[in-house]
Amino acid sequence: MKIYVPADSSAKSVGSNSVARILGAALPQAHMVRNGSRGMYWLEPLVEVETDQGRVAYGPIYAADAESLAVALNGNGDHPKFLGVTSQLPWIREQTRLTFERVGIIDPLDPVDFQAHGGLAGLRQALAVTSESIINEVMTSGLRGRGGAGFPAAIKWRTVAHAQSDVKYICINADEGDSGTFADRVLMEGDPFTLIEGMAISAIATGATHGYIYIRSEYPDAIAVMNAALDIAREHDWIGPSILGSHHAFEIQVRVGAGSYVCGEETAMLESLEGKRGMVRPKPPIPALSGLFGKPTVINNVMTIAAVPYILAHGGDSYAAIGTEKSTGTSVYQLAGNIAQGGIVELGFGVSLRHLVEHFGAGTRSGAPLRAVQVGGPLGAYLSAEQLDVAMDYESLTAIDAMLGHGGIVVFDETVNMAQQARFAMEFCAEESCGKCTPCRIGSTRGVEVIDLIIRGQDPDNNRELLVDLCEVMTDGSLCAMGGLTPMPVLSALNKFPEDFGLTRERTQK
Amino acid sequence: MTLMHDRDLGTPERVSTDLLTLEIDGQTVEVPVGTSVMRAAALMGNDIPKLCATDSLEPFGSCRLCVVEIDGRKGTPASCTTPCENDMKVSTQSPKVSKIRTGVMELYISDHPLDCLTCPANGDCELQDMAGIVGLRDVRYGYEGANHLDGLTDDSNPYFSFDDSKCIACSRCVRACEEVQGTFALTISGRGFGSRVSAGAGQSFLESDCVSCGACVQACPTSTLQEKSVIEIGLPTRSVKTTCAYCGVGCSFTAELRGNELIRMVPDKKGGANEGHSCVKGRFAFGYATHEDRVTQPLIRDSIDEPWRETSWDEAIAFAARRLRETQATYGIDSIGGITSSRCTNEEVYVVQKLIRTAFGNNNVDTCARVCHSPTGYGLKQTFGASAGTQDFASVASADVIMVIGANPTDAHPVFASRMKRRLREGAGLIVVDPRKTALVRSPHVEADFHLPLLPGTNVAMMNAMGHVVVTEGLVDRAFVADRCDPASFSAWEKFISLPENSPETMGSETGVSALEIRAAARAYANAANGAIYYGLGVTEHSQGSTMVMAMANLAMATGNIGRPGVGINPLRGQNNVQGSCDMGSFPHEFPGYRHVSDDTVRESFESLWGAPLRSDPGMRIPNMLDAATAGEFKGIYIQGEDIAQSDPNTEHVMAALRAMDVVIVQDLFLNETAAFAHVFLPGTSFLEKDGTFTNAERRINRVRPVMPSATGMSEWGVTAALAQALGYDMHYDEASEIMDEIASITPTFSGVSFSLLDEVGSVQWPCNEENPLGTPTLHKDRFVRGDGQFITTPYVPTDERTTRKFPLLLTTGRVLSQYNVGAQTRRTANSIWHQADILDMHEADASTRGITDGDWVLVTSRVGETRLKVSVSNTTPAGVVYTTFHHPVSGTNVITTDNSDWATNCPEYKVTAVQIRPSVMAGN
Repeated sequence: MKIYVPADSSAKSVGSNSVARILGAALPQAHMVRNGSRGMYWLEPLVEVETDQGRVAYGPIYAADAESLAVALNGNGDHPKFLGVTSQLPWIREQTRLTFERVGIIDPLDPVDFQAHGGLAGLRQALAVTSESIINEVMTSGLRGRGGAGFPAAIKWRTVAHAQSDVKYICINADEGDSGTFADRVLMEGDPFTLIEGMAISAIATGATHGYIYIRSEYPDAIAVMNAALDIAREHDWIGPSILGSHHAFEIQVRVGAGSYVCGEETAMLESLEGKRGMVRPKPPIPALSGLFGKPTVINNVMTIAAVPYILAHGGDSYAAIGTEKSTGTSVYQLAGNIAQGGIVELGFGVSLRHLVEHFGAGTRSGAPLRAVQVGGPLGAYLSAEQLDVAMDYESLTAIDAMLGHGGIVVFDETVNMAQQARFAMEFCAEESCGKCTPCRIGSTRGVEVIDLIIRGQDPDNNRELLVDLCEVMTDGSLCAMGGLTPMPVLSALNKFPEDFGLTRERTQK
Repeated sequence: MTLMHDRDLGTPERVSTDLLTLEIDGQTVEVPVGTSVMRAAALMGNDIPKLCATDSLEPFGSCRLCVVEIDGRKGTPASCTTPCENDMKVSTQSPKVSKIRTGVMELYISDHPLDCLTCPANGDCELQDMAGIVGLRDVRYGYEGANHLDGLTDDSNPYFSFDDSKCIACSRCVRACEEVQGTFALTISGRGFGSRVSAGAGQSFLESDCVSCGACVQACPTSTLQEKSVIEIGLPTRSVKTTCAYCGVGCSFTAELRGNELIRMVPDKKGGANEGHSCVKGRFAFGYATHEDRVTQPLIRDSIDEPWRETSWDEAIAFAARRLRETQATYGIDSIGGITSSRCTNEEVYVVQKLIRTAFGNNNVDTCARVCHSPTGYGLKQTFGASAGTQDFASVASADVIMVIGANPTDAHPVFASRMKRRLREGAGLIVVDPRKTALVRSPHVEADFHLPLLPGTNVAMMNAMGHVVVTEGLVDRAFVADRCDPASFSAWEKFISLPENSPETMGSETGVSALEIRAAARAYANAANGAIYYGLGVTEHSQGSTMVMAMANLAMATGNIGRPGVGINPLRGQNNVQGSCDMGSFPHEFPGYRHVSDDTVRESFESLWGAPLRSDPGMRIPNMLDAATAGEFKGIYIQGEDIAQSDPNTEHVMAALRAMDVVIVQDLFLNETAAFAHVFLPGTSFLEKDGTFTNAERRINRVRPVMPSATGMSEWGVTAALAQALGYDMHYDEASEIMDEIASITPTFSGVSFSLLDEVGSVQWPCNEENPLGTPTLHKDRFVRGDGQFITTPYVPTDERTTRKFPLLLTTGRVLSQYNVGAQTRRTANSIWHQADILDMHEADASTRGITDGDWVLVTSRVGETRLKVSVSNTTPAGVVYTTFHHPVSGTNVITTDNSDWATNCPEYKVTAVQIRPSVMAGN
């Protein structure tokens, strides 16, 4: 008997380690795999068992359920928490899992399992063609940066590939600090080899010889899994002096962040990687030409680089066929906040927010009516219930003054006070600002103060005007997106929910 | 901040032959590639508002005042961090950028004290200026919000204070500390609104690594970092450009005053030596010039056991002249002489040697350079043909491997060290040849690739070993040698240096450094595209000082490292005018311009110019004078600005010699140790009162301008001329410029120099003549001054000053940053806060075997004397070597140094003294 008990840190947070221990003791004959998460968090710990029908799921199996499950598994398998064949569960069946095709399915650190499920096909393909063809394939796929900016990955790679330098770097941004996002972590814990494979492909394409994965310190499990995976990859020559026996050399190291949100900004991440204070660098120079230690550097998000093995294995055209015209391929949406069914949903770009929140998410967890959704992390806009039909792609969200960001979706029910949420956005900025540029450093603190004045009803009209002016200075004047985007949640809250600020809708329309 | 606002173009110059053309506010401008939009606009006279940008620092992009709009680009990029591109169309003013700028200023002022009227920087504050320029009229946030108005003031530094409440967190101070000074003492602590400037890890400025160079004060756009003198007295109202009188770097400063009260010294951005940088001495330690110890009235006395008597200039000069003539009448014409000072101007030195050669009627003139860099003059003259360093300071920016030998530039030549460290941070290789772990061996962002901690006295062994590696490993630049050097001398040297006795394996045991390390370091230097050697008194003050200078010259020639930027042999001169005093004919055998007194043509030209017969036989050197004095043959001396009773070796011997003389004339600012033996004291002028020129270590002739009137009522050259007159020789000048004109008229390398030229172009490096009307930054470009470069064989001869069972340790000496030489100036300033006493550095092993612990007092005994010092136990010095400084007379460092000296020049062997050390009671007890 083969059973799967996730070692994903979210599953562990609801007791999967206890479940694994109990099942292990009760079923000594069973082969247990500590897999990643399938991304159905309301069902974790989700225990799966290999059967003639395929893998079947039970969940959520808390520690208290484990013994009864063990009894059931020793018998005919009947159990009240039986969910059915995992791959046929609607949540899974209706997704388009490309980047996450192996997450939750394989043993994360088993190189045989990885390859048995298609791992390394992309890397082998990359080694069979020229570096220019790799970049062309990525160009054809239309792959855009998943960190939020949506910049075409192939253009970045080409810039680095064409740069003349004795050394080039690949830096992977795994400083996943946005509220409501966890896709990077789930992938690193559940299928770390895919990230390594993607980096190796990028190295072959660009001529980089050194790679860094910058993981936030709040992800100890991901750090441990990635480090273990790197050791295994080195052992198997997937990285090292000769990638799969080729003339390409590429080494990867994990670097751990130090608790700064701004270090998720690519240039601040470079400063941090160089051992300096995490402050944003002005651009130009762009990192592709002068990045880590002043050398040409590819900086990609985990989700961007993890999409690359699929693209190489299956062709850029097949990837580009998914999604919308300009936002091609899949996006890994993450449902969080006050939602009944939270977790990972990988789908082609362009799905409606309503479909994600209502169909996949099954509405609010509290059952109370939904009032607002914040898309794209703490700097993303608050969307009202009326805006749920927006298509989830870069262009459609930009058109309504919102952004996709890293694909985080945080749901709020009617109990939310949007003035407090706006205040929180400024407070978050004040807390996390690196302090380099004036609009962000002083503006965020003043923003909290002005919102407080408005909430207290002190000279609300003039202070509303001051807040709007401040947001303009922050948007146009800030050095990076931290200060530049903070006005997005603030103004969206102010404009869509003025009543929470004690203002009338008319008064906010200037 | 400065009174005299040089145009600040916002971002540093970019040098490129590639130009690009763009349009700013409808006007076309052409700039080198890499130029920022801000600088391009400023070059057109269009100053874009800015606070965090300044043209001495790399752009930072933090204040966001300098935003502009660019056609076809999203948003409002900062003009400081945006490089110009061809056909760019920039608008520096628009409603949009105007709104951002006002909004940013509104934020700034919402967290800034509204005390402009009582602020020390009122009228000299960029924040104030910008508030006006962007038209800020209202701060709608009010002043009730979070702020830093209660920020504390850090007054720990004696010269400047840090007022946290006024800080706008622009990071200019932090960046200046990193980019300009290279010390990395400052940082921003906290983040966001809590971002504050912090010295070290929450230390006070005084406790931190801060070296008080003043770069941060210079960079601060507000009154946050402010000179205490400005806080106490107010902003200056007038300014005079002049040259620092401390070390041989020769920094240019603007002296800023109210009336005749000097408020502050501001380094000059246009200064060729320092380009806007300074150190704690030059920038802050000028208080000695007006110290109450200054003597401003001439003093005389019949014998040294009598008290001094104040007198008039006329009487003092008549008295001095009478005593000198009486002495000569009794003991002969050669019984008197004089010493010129490397602290004085070229003009002052020139007239003293002229006085001696004409009015005294002999060549008994020497200079305090005898005791520091005379081997440099000798060695470089023999090999290259010019008694001077080969490069300008800027050359170090092109060096690929830098070898620093017997020098500690971060302490002794700090402004040059900052240049060097900048190059090291850019990746140049570094070889440090020094017994001690100097700061260059390892300090923030600097680490030597090789540290060769040789035993004091084994320099030549080390250099020969390196030469051996170069020759035997095929690293000689044969083309350079064939093209530029004397072939016979090279062959002889090649044969000599290839001998097994010069191999690193043999010499390694002499030097105490492993042969492998020596070989690797030699290869690094020889293989560098540009290899440069910098050295200090650790090279010259040895019994083989001149040999060592020639050994380095051999190595540079053999590897082709001469004659272009980035290479060369570069002496780091100790005093402000060592180079100049030597140039001016201060040596007993040479007229100005290093021309031998026995050369009839030369001598006749001087005789005709000076209108006096001149002697063709060289006169006495300082040690000869002192020896002759104790023998009763030398009875009178005129000492210009040198304290030989403290600075020269074997103090007992010096004092005995002075005591034996009938007339000792001391010209100085203070009654120094030597004045105790003087009969005439002629009060001198500080550099702030002088009119003339100093020549720095890179042969740069800088103007010294009178910042305030002479406190004595006389110029020093005027005093010398008056003494000449009183002795019956007609010496007369109305202006200092006339002296330089005379120098130029007779000295080929100075023929183009005049005060008017220097006032026009700032400074020139000699030779400055018809071929090089604006001077010569790099010597020996196409050919050596002497024609072919001359290799000279340099056998290693160990010093006689060896360790024995009785004297088992080697004492070597050096300087600290805050103090200067014998401390006559710096001890009379607040600099003493950093270095109140000379300390003996001792290795743990040597200390523990003697039962000595950190902080103990010890008795240091040499073959000639003894003194007491406090010990610091560390591993900065290797076992077997002890080290101290000589800034405080009470330390008596030179009481124990010996009479050993360089074989060629008599430069004393200060750097090697065998000593024994025992625990002792405190000095004075």
